[in-house]
Amino acid sequence: MTTTRKADNIFSKSIDEFFSEMAELARFAARFFSEGLKPPYEFKEVMNQCYEIGIKSLVLVSITAFILGLVLVMQSRPTMVEFGAGSFLPAMSSISIVREIGPLVTALICAGKIGSGISAELGSMKVTEQIDAMEVSGTNPYKYLVVTRILATSLMIPVLTVYADCISLIGAFTGSNIKDDVNLTFYVNRVFEALHYTDVAPAFIKTFFFGFIIGLVGCTKGYNSKKGTEGVGKAANISVVVAMVGVIIIDMVVTQITSMLGYL
Amino acid sequence: MATEINSANSPSVTGNVPVIEIQHLKKAFGDNVVLSDFNLTINKGENMVVMGKSGIGKTILIKCIIGLVKPDGGLLKVFGQDISKLNHRELDDMRTRIGFVFQSSALYDSMTVRQNLEFPLRRHRRKKITGTLEELVREALHNVGLENTIDLMPSELSGGMRKRIGIARSLILKPELVLYDEPTTGLDPITSEEITRLIMDLQEKYKTTAIIITHDTAMAREAANRIVFLWKGIAYKEGTYDELIHDQDPEIKHFFTR
Repeated sequence: MTTTRKADNIFSKSIDEFFSEMAELARFAARFFSEGLKPPYEFKEVMNQCYEIGIKSLVLVSITAFILGLVLVMQSRPTMVEFGAGSFLPAMSSISIVREIGPLVTALICAGKIGSGISAELGSMKVTEQIDAMEVSGTNPYKYLVVTRILATSLMIPVLTVYADCISLIGAFTGSNIKDDVNLTFYVNRVFEALHYTDVAPAFIKTFFFGFIIGLVGCTKGYNSKKGTEGVGKAANISVVVAMVGVIIIDMVVTQITSMLGYL
Repeated sequence: MATEINSANSPSVTGNVPVIEIQHLKKAFGDNVVLSDFNLTINKGENMVVMGKSGIGKTILIKCIIGLVKPDGGLLKVFGQDISKLNHRELDDMRTRIGFVFQSSALYDSMTVRQNLEFPLRRHRRKKITGTLEELVREALHNVGLENTIDLMPSELSGGMRKRIGIARSLILKPELVLYDEPTTGLDPITSEEITRLIMDLQEKYKTTAIIITHDTAMAREAANRIVFLWKGIAYKEGTYDELIHDQDPEIKHFFTR
């Protein structure tokens, strides 16, 4: 009886926490739109954050994307060759990478690297009173710290995704050449023949939402972190989990919408 | 117990012009009542030291004064303006006249010392400043004796240096009122003494009014024109250092003889 009651309590507490998390995110998103649209605009800081987020993620994204493309082709090749579809490898890899693997993996990597980074940075700024110091210095910390970071992630995740797609395709080309001798021109032609607007557009559009949710979650958790340095660590941890789940949910919703529109 | 303060007799106080007027100030966080009926008046040129046990609400008090924390009730006038009635722009304008030295120094980790000092100058866009940013930054660093740290990151500074840079940043806009939140906490006695001396010298140079929150009785003895002892949400006792140190009230006695 006691165990059942305890389980009920834990369950209801989890439900409460889930909805309060969602409400907190919704409030933060609403504030982003209300404050982000009002001048003064922090263009310089947005550019600074784009640099921080974009350039500093390039190495990680490059390595991961290259390996993914390579492994995808190496794993798929035996089965495709067995069914006599070896010549479809470039088309298969390009559609897989551009539609799903590139955007999703880039977003998940960025949720881990950028989301936790933003959360830890804002959390430690809060704990050490830097956010208060900013307010005292005539700066709206929400605009300067939060709006700029959400904008930067929303802009840079699509750019990183396009870059990751290209690197991944190079990885796939390298993978194709390990066992076969594939001509580069042939490979590029087959890749572009296979890709259509309906493959590229939905995949590209969803990356803006991925970037938005990564920035939003990271900022919300960091800006609202409590309980000192322990809270900063927790905020960084939770922001990664929530951002990753958010990215996957958005991916599912976009896939459903794309399917309903007849693009799949 | 809480009495109105008149510091006209204090030698360094330039007049009886109130800079801060606090009446019946209230602030609570849930059930935790921090300020219940706080009254205080601070005149121009005065160095008011606020003492009291940890967690009693001293930092909340100065955060209310600068508008970082909104009081639940009461009247709080700074430079004759009711803080609760100021809009965002007016509050920003008023903040250009106030310097705030944070307990943790609150230097921006991602910026160099130069950028930290330039930040308030760049952000308070409506504040008229005389001189170039470079000149003002150099002057601020000269004031605290740390000219050679200009291109260092905060992580490369010692605790005492960080405090000094924090003080330099808070004074860079030449404020009329400076709020110090435990400026000597976490420092060794010699560095604490240096910081106390620095605060006194800068106050003399710029003729500022100051509220200093501290547990450091040596600093209170050196810096205070008057001391207010915060207890149970009110200004429990006020007086000079000598008056408080000889006070027979058990709370005061316990605090000063600990």
